[in-house]
Amino acid sequence: MKSLEELKAIREKMQGQLGLREEENAKTRVLVGMATCGIAAGARPVLTEISDEVQKDHVKDVMVSQTGCIGLCQYEPIVEIYEPGKPKITYVHMDKDKAKRVVKEHLEGGKPIVEFMLHTVRDAENSAKNK
Amino acid sequence: MMPEISLSILDVAENSTRAKASLVRIGIEIDTVKDTMVLTIDDDGCGMTEEQVKRVEDPFFTTRTTRKVGLGVPFLKQAALAANGDFSIASEVGRGTNVRAVFQYSNIDRMPLGDISHTIQQLVVYHPETDFLYTYSYNGRSFALDTREMREILGDVPFSEPEVQEYILSYLTENKQEVDHGQVE
Repeated sequence: MKSLEELKAIREKMQGQLGLREEENAKTRVLVGMATCGIAAGARPVLTEISDEVQKDHVKDVMVSQTGCIGLCQYEPIVEIYEPGKPKITYVHMDKDKAKRVVKEHLEGGKPIVEFMLHTVRDAENSAKNK
Repeated sequence: MMPEISLSILDVAENSTRAKASLVRIGIEIDTVKDTMVLTIDDDGCGMTEEQVKRVEDPFFTTRTTRKVGLGVPFLKQAALAANGDFSIASEVGRGTNVRAVFQYSNIDRMPLGDISHTIQQLVVYHPETDFLYTYSYNGRSFALDTREMREILGDVPFSEPEVQEYILSYLTENKQEVDHGQVE
């Protein structure tokens, strides 16, 4: 059985390192919708992917968390990105691969991905309907 | 219905955290002789009135304001009943809510348990204000994860610390493997 001993070791290693990296310094917030609609549409693996990629690449000043239903259930899984001084960006119909691109291109590269944004997807749907 | 039982667990436990529970107990008990999988989610959150409890199994009931349909509890109930099982929910204002779902383990219509380890890890990591006591048992063998114990060891080191997140996931994955030898789908 895996025990709590290992956790004690982690704690000891971490001691003294904390405070260097305060959560309040996290400038960008990434929110994944995790209500029934999001979960049913596949939000759990999306959250895992974002969290894993952010940790793996040591992306600085990013805080990943989750949120409830934002009322756009048909567009789930939804990922919202809040950057200080910039308008909120809403990515829709996320999956693992798209989530990975969001981390690489937007969070690391500073280039938001227009094709995944709510307005792009909605416009495409509307023009398809009007044809 | 959710494609995995673990996703229903995530969904219903999210309700508990939104109900301001300080402790959420999640139990999974599999007995292949009795042919049952019993799932319990008990919280000490704000609870519901009798009227709300009656309505919560109804898909057109929800406390949220962003949409008019609440499918979390109905999905779990449907999944249990479809697998020749049973479902109950009891609640009291100010005391909390108890959800219990029983599945016939071998039933062809029982949804797979799915990725329960990631589910529990996410609940723990993304709800630092809430404590979780998770117990998993398979034919009498069992293990538990108690965030109160972990919190005591960690002190001011948060669950969101990458190494801690990783530890929690491997604690869940390795202990589950030892308990059920990877037999459970």
